[in-house]
Amino acid sequence: MSTDSNYYVPESSRLPIFAATGMGVMAYGAGSWVQGGSAAFFLAGALIMAFTLYTWFSTVIKENMAGMNSDQLKRSYVWGMSWFIFSEVMFFACFFGALWYVRVLALPWLGGEGGHAESSLLWEGFKPEWPLMTTPDMVVNGDAARFKGPDENMSFPGWDKLFSWLPLWNTVVLLTSSVTVHMAHTALKNHNHTKFNGWLGLTVLLGGIFLVLQAEEYIHAYQHMGLTLESGIYGTTFFMLTGFHGAHVTMGTIMLLIQFLRGLKGHFTHDDAFGFEAASWYWHFVDVVWVGLFIFVYVLA
Amino acid sequence: MAHGPAKGIGRWLFTTNHKDIGTLYLWFSFAMFLLGGTFAMVIRAELFQPGMQLIKPEFFNQMTTMHGLVMVFGAIMPAFVGLANWLIPMMIGAPDMALPRMNNLSFWILPFGFSLLASTLFMEGGGPNFGWTFYAPLSTTYAPSTVNYFIFGMHIIGASSIMGSINIIATVLNMRAPGMTLMKMPMFVWTWLITAFLLIAVMPVLAGAVTMMLMDINFGTSFFDAAGGGDPVLFQHVFWFFGHPEVYIIVLPAFGVISHIIPTFSRKPLFGYSSMVYATASIAFLSFIVWAHHMFLVGMPIGGELYFMYATMLIAVPTAAKVFNWISTMFRGSISYETPMLFAIAFVVLFTIGGFTGLMLAIAAADVQYHDSYFVVAHFHYVMVAGAVFSGTAAVYYWLPKWCGRMYNETMGKVQFWISFIGFNITFFPQHFLGLAGMPRRYADYALQFSDWNMISSIGAFIYGASQLLFIFNVIRTIRSGTPVSEPKTWEGAEGLEWTVATPAPYHTFATPPEVK
Repeated sequence: MSTDSNYYVPESSRLPIFAATGMGVMAYGAGSWVQGGSAAFFLAGALIMAFTLYTWFSTVIKENMAGMNSDQLKRSYVWGMSWFIFSEVMFFACFFGALWYVRVLALPWLGGEGGHAESSLLWEGFKPEWPLMTTPDMVVNGDAARFKGPDENMSFPGWDKLFSWLPLWNTVVLLTSSVTVHMAHTALKNHNHTKFNGWLGLTVLLGGIFLVLQAEEYIHAYQHMGLTLESGIYGTTFFMLTGFHGAHVTMGTIMLLIQFLRGLKGHFTHDDAFGFEAASWYWHFVDVVWVGLFIFVYVLA
Repeated sequence: MAHGPAKGIGRWLFTTNHKDIGTLYLWFSFAMFLLGGTFAMVIRAELFQPGMQLIKPEFFNQMTTMHGLVMVFGAIMPAFVGLANWLIPMMIGAPDMALPRMNNLSFWILPFGFSLLASTLFMEGGGPNFGWTFYAPLSTTYAPSTVNYFIFGMHIIGASSIMGSINIIATVLNMRAPGMTLMKMPMFVWTWLITAFLLIAVMPVLAGAVTMMLMDINFGTSFFDAAGGGDPVLFQHVFWFFGHPEVYIIVLPAFGVISHIIPTFSRKPLFGYSSMVYATASIAFLSFIVWAHHMFLVGMPIGGELYFMYATMLIAVPTAAKVFNWISTMFRGSISYETPMLFAIAFVVLFTIGGFTGLMLAIAAADVQYHDSYFVVAHFHYVMVAGAVFSGTAAVYYWLPKWCGRMYNETMGKVQFWISFIGFNITFFPQHFLGLAGMPRRYADYALQFSDWNMISSIGAFIYGASQLLFIFNVIRTIRSGTPVSEPKTWEGAEGLEWTVATPAPYHTFATPPEVK
């Protein structure tokens, strides 16, 4: 409920129409790019979008620093970010749900379990397993199969190889970064800007390390494990889940990096640091997603 | 704060005013309604007689697909977002939406998204032809190459919905006038709050579904391909996890509108306000756990069929509570039958028919007969057209005097109502018979025994289509030269903050919040 007697309604703005144009051009460009056309439209749209977002965020920051934002508007921004993160949760829920459905229901049924489907007519001899190393396609078509399962998978390799298992280190890095970003927040609340900058810088660094490790993992998967996007449903779910997570870590790292640079400029005070707080909530969110991935994609496989 | 509207086209391109943006949404949705309606006319013209007369089956498939997509995402949803923009700030005593610039962005994405979608009709390979539910593998393995534009179009349309919903939730939770507790909010605000929650929860799932399609089509993944270990049925699960809440996203704001109009013209407060709120929330909750009742024939285990059947039937309980509340509101009221009230009463009657056919479809065993037949088409047009579109039309007549300070022509409104009502029922009631007799949906041609009802249905569709031209004529005539009205309350029985401001509503309302007792 409102407690303020005056509202701030921004003047009309050119930003949204530029953003909408950018999105429209990007959508058209992406559509033609994926089917073999040129990437020019997509890149042009992305440029418009990047320029607009930069201007938009600068404007919002300037407005806030000029003291134009009432407590009420600040609460609206908080609601906005919270519900945006909720929408992201549902996006990941969609892919986790797909993984669950395939593992628990679809594959066993494809193998004939419960007599729900007469799959033997199409996929004679298919045996469900997870990770799915031998696709139905391979069972029937052998070397001519379009979907070839991976040579190796990313599952838990056993306790003796625990410490050379990359996902474990990724987990350590990301969980640590959740702690460091929290330390940064605590430092800011205690008016200690030096510590704030230090902890936040460390968080950005950890985010970067995670991304490098994940790139390593992907390169290894493609070059040495025969595990690609096209390796049947295991490769599909593995790369889509970890890939979207990686994309979100990239976003989060950029967001935190911007907050770090803003911190160096002295933008934040102990009670007014929404940009940083929003980025840190986002960061905690990608951490939680990673814990889900670690459990359901790596460990319980 | 700006004081008045800017001049020229810039007013509409750069506006941050909730009334301007509401107007944009409403006009856009009407334009899409005419476009989707044109597709429907093409469909009904082709089905006027058996055999192929006007178009090719390939184009017929594009018409059914585009009709569904344009009506759902382009006409009905934006219409209610437009109403939300116009009305929610006025109803809760707020000066504007919580995030006005994002509000503008949410709208302006739509023309880009739908231009992209519609332009595929003119591209090589034609537009989407796999039905508005775009089931894989029709939409993946067998799709025209333009499907990629469809996918990215849906992405940005979804982004628009999510941003619009975030805005509505932030507005409702954060901008209410002092004293307006949650349980004092007008029903339209309540239904939109819950709708916005549904949208934020399921639009990302739709984004996930089209992303999986994108990857399967272009990047060799096997989400929906059993050869790689995936499952085409997975698509249906993901789609309907979005799709079932989507039908409540469409109809809940319609419930809200009706809950305003019936009390006004019955001159009684809404009967059972709090039960209305709880019923709305229950429907929203149930909408998440019933999706597979659209999939009774895909080969689910019997336990799954039974669960989804019973869970679906549960929805009848809160929905019936709403219908009884509307009827109880009218009971012993001092009722007058202005155009909005006529549409509202028709809504209650016809929506209830659509609800009952929904219950029939929910019976898993009986659905074997009804599934993918014209019975389904009749069912969902009773809830989508007589539900959402009738209530949207009622809302426009009801609030138009407040918006533009002019009264519409009542006689013309009533005539339009009766033509719509009769045309609608001639169109869709016979489709129940066609479906029960075994005519499948989405077919360009049919067996001879279906000829009579199809011809009658087509005649009804042309009547209904023509009635919309009378509607747009009445609205434009009102805006240009309707009788000026100036008292804050257009309708003597109307309650709510939007009826306390001047008529026409000033460009900025509630610069200081009103006190709600």
